[in-house]
Amino acid sequence: MSDLPLLHAHDMATFAARGFLRMDGVVPDAINAQFMDEVGEIEPPEPGRKLRRTYGELLAKAGIPEVGAGVPLARTYAQGSAIARMLELPAVAGAIRSLVGEDPTFDHHFLHVTFPPAYHAASGGENVSQHTHQDSTIDPRQAFDLQIMYYPHAVTRPMGGTRFVPGTHLRKVSEAALGRYQNIRGQQHMVCEAGTLLFLHSGVWHGGGVNLSDRTRTMFKIRMNPSRSQARMFDTSTLEQPTGQRPIFYLKGAQPRTVEQILMTPEPWFEDDTGRLEFVNRVKFWRYLTGDATYDADYWLTRLENLATA
Amino acid sequence: MQRQTVLVLYLSNSALDSAVVGWSRYDGTGETRHMAGDAEEPPYRTGLDALKDGWRLFQASQLLPHQRGAEFDVSYLKYEFWFEQLSEVSA
Repeated sequence: MSDLPLLHAHDMATFAARGFLRMDGVVPDAINAQFMDEVGEIEPPEPGRKLRRTYGELLAKAGIPEVGAGVPLARTYAQGSAIARMLELPAVAGAIRSLVGEDPTFDHHFLHVTFPPAYHAASGGENVSQHTHQDSTIDPRQAFDLQIMYYPHAVTRPMGGTRFVPGTHLRKVSEAALGRYQNIRGQQHMVCEAGTLLFLHSGVWHGGGVNLSDRTRTMFKIRMNPSRSQARMFDTSTLEQPTGQRPIFYLKGAQPRTVEQILMTPEPWFEDDTGRLEFVNRVKFWRYLTGDATYDADYWLTRLENLATA
Repeated sequence: MQRQTVLVLYLSNSALDSAVVGWSRYDGTGETRHMAGDAEEPPYRTGLDALKDGWRLFQASQLLPHQRGAEFDVSYLKYEFWFEQLSEVSA
């Protein structure tokens, strides 16, 4: 068992069902300030100066390393750098271990800066939200990558914030193909205090919100891959003891908060029929995360796996 | 001169009077600019409500059989309905 504060079963079930966990204000101010120093000053808007140029120069001079994919995450950032210090925070290290297992591999990182209207006006471009998308490409795996979004300063609603749609992570789609979906019921916008982290399953649909404030918005994203098993990496001592299937459909009152209750909670955007497929896929995902090939919730897979061959 | 404004509604099942779960708008008149994440509440409760408000339905997604072996896969939103309004604009 790890000494790190691992995620509890209900946190893990929430991640399995919704594809995200957030830790508000978990990164201390000293690390946030160090990170913003490492990023450096952003040039003010200048008429005729293309935003692409401003952004390119910012990325070039920022004190963030250019790193090849596939190296151990533990060797990606210099000791004492803001990101290394952030990743070493016990709550962060414990969540990473719970979600992607031991010795994760660095995939890529990016410094997302969203510019306020004055930059777009000076550059001659349009200030709009990023289309909703799923990162990378079609990913049919049960295994998943973890994306950590780090917000080193407070984000207000006018600043846009990362928009994401909870519960979309199990959908097999092709990156920007879903760009036509402007709004989906239940979508969330990251409005948060400085030092907040958003842990995202790599399949969650998301996009950058338009910045209508008067200051730039900075977010740093790190994607990491599992290098070993992702099963039973959370604090499995917090799993409830199995007591058989709970009653379904005909219920006389509210159900207690259990792993099953969490996994069987729909999102506001669920379609009537495919919402049930989401439940089926959540059960399959929980089997993967717990290494328990017999697990079921609300009888969805037991019914389908009954081939009546005995 | 006419310009087209498009409303796309994503419904909870194939019935036009089922609930809206997602929506998009594109305004060909240029008077408004809609974009991702710009509204938290849908413009209509159902597709039928859009019809009652004067929108013309011009496309609805088909119901397709489920591919063997992929019956439980989920991907794009399934019940997509395209509506339009035509507006006169000055040349």
